[in-house]
Amino acid sequence: MSRLGPFFGTLRSENRRAVIPYLVAGDPDEALTVPLMHSLVEAGADIIEVGVPFSDPMSEGPTIQKGHERALGGGTSLLSTLALVKQFRETNTETPLVLMGYANPLERKGYAAVADACAEAGIDGLITVDLPPEEVAAMNAELQRQNIDNIFLISPTTGDERVATITAQASGFIYYVALKGVTGAGHLDTDAVEAHLATIRQHTSLPVAVGFGIKDADTAATVAGCADAVVVGSALVDLVANDLKSGGSHTSAISGAHSLISSIRNGVNLATSN
Amino acid sequence: MTIDINPDLYAQVPDEHGRFGIYGGKFVAETLMSALAELENLYNDLKDDPAFLREFDLDLAHYVGRPSPLYEAARWSDMIGGGRIYLKREDLNHTGAHKVNNTIGQALLAKYMGKKRVIAETGAGQHGVASATVAARLGLECHVFMGEEDVRRQALNVYRMKLLGAEVIPVTSGSKTLKDAMNEALRDWVTNVDNTFYIIGTVAGPHPYPMLVRDFQSVIGREARAQSLAMTGKLPDALVACVGGGSNAIGLFHPFLSDNEVAMYGVEAGGKGVETGEHAAPLSAGIPGVLHGNRTYLMQDENGQIMHTHSVSAGLDYPGVGPEHSWLKDIGRVNYVDATDTEALAAFHRVTRVEGIMPALETAHALAYAEKLAAEMIPCQHIIVNLSGRGDKDILTVAEIDGIDLGTR
Repeated sequence: MSRLGPFFGTLRSENRRAVIPYLVAGDPDEALTVPLMHSLVEAGADIIEVGVPFSDPMSEGPTIQKGHERALGGGTSLLSTLALVKQFRETNTETPLVLMGYANPLERKGYAAVADACAEAGIDGLITVDLPPEEVAAMNAELQRQNIDNIFLISPTTGDERVATITAQASGFIYYVALKGVTGAGHLDTDAVEAHLATIRQHTSLPVAVGFGIKDADTAATVAGCADAVVVGSALVDLVANDLKSGGSHTSAISGAHSLISSIRNGVNLATSN
Repeated sequence: MTIDINPDLYAQVPDEHGRFGIYGGKFVAETLMSALAELENLYNDLKDDPAFLREFDLDLAHYVGRPSPLYEAARWSDMIGGGRIYLKREDLNHTGAHKVNNTIGQALLAKYMGKKRVIAETGAGQHGVASATVAARLGLECHVFMGEEDVRRQALNVYRMKLLGAEVIPVTSGSKTLKDAMNEALRDWVTNVDNTFYIIGTVAGPHPYPMLVRDFQSVIGREARAQSLAMTGKLPDALVACVGGGSNAIGLFHPFLSDNEVAMYGVEAGGKGVETGEHAAPLSAGIPGVLHGNRTYLMQDENGQIMHTHSVSAGLDYPGVGPEHSWLKDIGRVNYVDATDTEALAAFHRVTRVEGIMPALETAHALAYAEKLAAEMIPCQHIIVNLSGRGDKDILTVAEIDGIDLGTR
C-alpha cells in the first residue's frame, strides 16, 4: 500500500510542505546510495525520488545525464536499484519512495514483474517520464494491482483539457514540471508556476509537487508558497559529484548533501510559517 | 515466393494513436505532447489539401530535380549474370540523397506553423545538409545536432552545413553517434518548443513523424512503380533498400506494399557480423522496446539499456528502426537481412568501377545484398535498388580503411 496518500494527508493537516530530493541510484557507486538516502531523511527530506539509470535519459540536463552515465558505468540496473531500496527499507519503513525513470527498462522486465518487484522492495510510486497518459494504460493496471501510485507529469505546455485527462488517471501526487526544458535548466518564472498550479487545482485535490529549476533555499521557499512539495534534483546530484570529483570521500559528499537539504528544508519551512 | 496478405491492411496504419500494430505511439515527455498534437492536427488538415500538395510537388520538381531516373545497371547486371538490377537514382537529387524529399515537406509544415527556428539530428550528415539547405532557402535559423564521432568521420558534410549557415552542435554524450544526436535534439525541442520545428530525418520518433516522413518519402516508390511499368512493362520482382531508421526503404516500399507479388528486402548494417554483436541490425537481432518516442525493435541489453552500435556507415549506426518496419517484419511483408561492413565496402568499389556511380556507404549495404539476390534470379526478373545517396561524403572513410593517405589529416 502506497505511503503517499496518508503522508500527504498528515502533511496538509499540519500545514507543511514536503521536500523531495532526487538522486540517481548507484551514482557514482552503489555503496553511496543507501547512506545518502538516510542522511537526506535526517536533513528533512519527506519523500525521496530515486532515479533509475537509463542509457538515453532524454529529459535530463547535462548534470543528471552524467549521474546516469556514472551509475551505468558501475553496473546499476532497475533490479539493483530495487535491491538498494530494499536495503534502505531495512531501517526506514516510513519515508515514501518514488522511482523516476524511463519506459524501456520497465518494458524490458515486463510491467507485471516491475509492479511486483516494486511492491516487494517498498516503492510507493512511479514517475515514468516517457509514458504520457496515451501510453500508460498497460503499466497503470499493474501498478494499481499492487497499490502503487502512478505519478504523472504536467508541464507549462499542458492545456486545460489535458490537465483534466491526466488528473483523472493520476494518484499519489502530480509532478508539475516548472519550466520548458530539461532538468537543471534555466530560471523559474514563479508567477507562471503559481498560475498553472491554480489551474491544476481546479481539476484535482491531489497534492502538487514542483520540480525542474529549483536550485536553492530561496527558489524552494518561493515555490513552496504555492506547491505542496518541492523537488531538488540537479543541485543535489551536482553537489555530490563535485565533492567526490575534488577528492572528497563518501562521508564529505553525504555531509554536503545533508547541508543542502537542511537549508532547503529551512527555506520551505519559512515559506509556510509566515 | 508470393505473399498472402490483405492488401487493404497498409492504409490502416498508423491508427489514430500513431500505432503500427503494437509499434509506434507517442512515448515522450509531457512538455512535447502539445507540440505533437499541433503538428498532427496541421498535417491531417494539409495532407490531402491540393494547394499544399501542389506546393510540395513543385518544390520536388524545380528545387530537388524530381523525378529521379530509374537506371538499368546493365554492365553490373551482366557481370552478375542473373536478374537485372535497376537503380532508383536518389543520389541525383539536390544535396545528393533521398533525405531532401522529407526536409522539403517538413520545411513547408514549419512555414505553415510560422516557426522561425528548425533543429535536426544527423548521422552521416545527409539529413543535416538537407535540413540546412531548406532552412537557407526559407531563411530559417537552423541547428543540427551531430554525434562527435560522426562530426569526425563526416567532416565534409559538417563543413557543407556550416557553409549553408547552420550551426552544427557536436554531441558528446553516450556513444556520440546518431542516437545521442537525437536525444540532444529532443532536449533542445523541449526547451524551445514554442518557436522551434524539429525536422526528424527518418521514419522514427513519436507520432506523427513516422507517418509524415513516410508520406513525404513515398514519392520514391510512386515514381519507381510507374517507371518500372514504363521501362519493363511489369512490376519489379523485388525491391532492395538499406535500413538505418528506414526512411529511404519505406519511401520505396510503401507504394508497392499492396502488390503481393513484389518481394521486399530491407538491408540492415551487419557491421563486423551480426554474430559478433558489433552491428546496427535491430530487426535482425533486437528486441521490441521504447526509445525516442516510439515502440520498435531495439538493440538493448537484458536491463533495457540501449546498446552501442557499430557500422562503417554513420547513417545506419542507430540502435532502433522506424516502427512501421517493425510491423512489416512481424506481419512478414518485408524480409529484413543484413550486409557487413566488408560486403558494403566491396559493393561500394564494385558499383563505382563498373557503373561509374559512387554510392553512399549506407546505400552500399543495399547494393551488396542486391548482388546476392540477383545472382539467384533469372534475366527476365528484375530488382529495383534504392540508390539512396551518393558517396562523395564517404571517400575519406574509404581512403582511411584502404590505408590511403590523402594528405588531409
